[in-house]
Amino acid sequence: MSEIKSRPIWGKLEPAEQAAAHLVCAEGRGIEAVRAGFGGRDGLLAQATIVHMAPIGAGKPEGLGGAAYHPHPSRATALTAFRGHLARAKMGTQVHLAGSEAFLNEATTVASACGVVGDGLTTELCGPATRRVQCVHCKGMMDEVAVSPLACSHCGVNLTVRDHYSRRLGAFMGVCVDAEAPGVLPAASRL
Amino acid sequence: MSLAFDFSQTPSFFRDETFRGDFTFENSPEAIHRFPFPFDRDQYMYAVNIEQHMPGPPKSATVFPIDIDEHYVAEMADRAKVLADDPLRCQSLPHMITAEWDLLELLMTSMARDYPEWFSLERDGARWHWINRPLGIDQRFTFGDAATLPHGPMEYITRQCQGDFCLLDQRDDNLWLDAGIVTSQADWSLDFDLGMNFIEWHGPVPRAHDMGIFDRALKFLLNLQIGRPIRRLNWTMTINPRLDTSPENYHRWGIDRTTVTPENVGDKVHLRVELQALWRLPRSNAIVFSIRCYLIKMRELVSVPKWGRRLHRVLRDLPDDLADYKGMTHYRATTLDYLSRHDDGAPTSPGFFPD
Ligand code: HEM
Repeated sequence: MSEIKSRPIWGKLEPAEQAAAHLVCAEGRGIEAVRAGFGGRDGLLAQATIVHMAPIGAGKPEGLGGAAYHPHPSRATALTAFRGHLARAKMGTQVHLAGSEAFLNEATTVASACGVVGDGLTTELCGPATRRVQCVHCKGMMDEVAVSPLACSHCGVNLTVRDHYSRRLGAFMGVCVDAEAPGVLPAASRL
Repeated sequence: MSLAFDFSQTPSFFRDETFRGDFTFENSPEAIHRFPFPFDRDQYMYAVNIEQHMPGPPKSATVFPIDIDEHYVAEMADRAKVLADDPLRCQSLPHMITAEWDLLELLMTSMARDYPEWFSLERDGARWHWINRPLGIDQRFTFGDAATLPHGPMEYITRQCQGDFCLLDQRDDNLWLDAGIVTSQADWSLDFDLGMNFIEWHGPVPRAHDMGIFDRALKFLLNLQIGRPIRRLNWTMTINPRLDTSPENYHRWGIDRTTVTPENVGDKVHLRVELQALWRLPRSNAIVFSIRCYLIKMRELVSVPKWGRRLHRVLRDLPDDLADYKGMTHYRATTLDYLSRHDDGAPTSPGFFPD
């Protein structure tokens, strides 16, 4: 994966003992990485605010100690809340993001727009190894692509997924796979 | 600007030709002679091939910083068609507006200084008067006030200047591709690469990352000085004289690569050379990267015996991963066959120029 130079390198959540506070934004199962990262350290969890994209009515997950927990029903609402907490975070707050690549991509953009970079930010990729793909021909986006080649769900062109990633679009590039031999497709393989 | 240029109204130096459809593009003997042949020896490998952008010999492609040639009017008509079909080929992030004005100044002053018979620029403070005779344009505007031009400053001037252009913002010890107009590219997408940094947009290139080429080139570019532009040559091959070999349209033009036969190879296969130049811009501290594309048919190329011999040897010995990256798999053998008939095995002299 790391040989794709344009793809961001995600790491592990590493809450620092010396941070003044912790602001977490997690998507779905990303909360498991949060639990593992904080490792039940009550001192750190007591200073933590957790914004979680989770179904309404789902209670606070186990193992998060005294952290303030805020569930939000969709990615958009979770990121809006995250932006709000970020704007009011105190100096020295460390930010932690966990979720799918598309989620991490959007959330890091929010964080860097607020000046959170370098050691002030830790990230962890969680969830299925699918890719968000943009068809370079019609510009249509496809979420959770697991297999290449695939037919574009917008324009129908047969696409292969190139190892080229745009952070701005939050997507890999899909390019016509049979332009030089119409109808001849390579065997499908998992991404 | 009207999309249909009237060639009968333009000085006859400019060719009436197309880069799509019936593909009537050709080079005159003078254009062949001044073609920027990219190989100074019989083999090719990636390198940090950067030199000062100094004036070359009279009539050469580098005699002036911005080269306007016989294909100018037809290339600008092709650009207008690409932009009409796909506006995403010209994009600029909001913080790049100062760099856009820098670019407009660089191009207008260079073109008016070096080609006074075609272009003129009069400046009275911020009140500028630009005349482009080949394209029939007479424009008064206020420098710095985008509302006084029919397009943004970058789009306005690059619709009148051969070559693709990228504007690179410099921050965090990197260069960011934050604006550009790209309508005659060798299979890369501005829309996809917009906002990437130097290492990211070069992601797909084989070998060069591991050879340390991009790290060294970036370091060099970060120190680029005002008034000391640099240049390099890059090359690939294109079937038919098509300027717009974009990924966006690859599902339409890719099939061309399967149409090369021993009968048509001399006319269909083109060496595509990019004369790339970089300038530091004064107000914005951005860098402009120009990609000026030159096409030459195999038939035209072998009229210079040294070039026919040399291209045969370069293509024959090119590593497969580079040939694949350049998309030559389908027609490499047919092209080699043709070129081999123009290679008698005689030694070639060092350097780019014809003997
Ligand atoms: C700073 C402005 C530059 C821009 C905007 C730029 C852009 C690009 C792009 C978009 C590609 C195609 C990548 C793809 O396949 O998607 C490319 C290829 C490449 N670039 Fe650059 N580049 C720049 C400067 C340089 C410099 C200074 C070097 C010097 C070594 C360089 C070396 C290369 C090489 C070796 C390739 C592969 C070309 C081939 O094999 O056909 N570039 N560049």
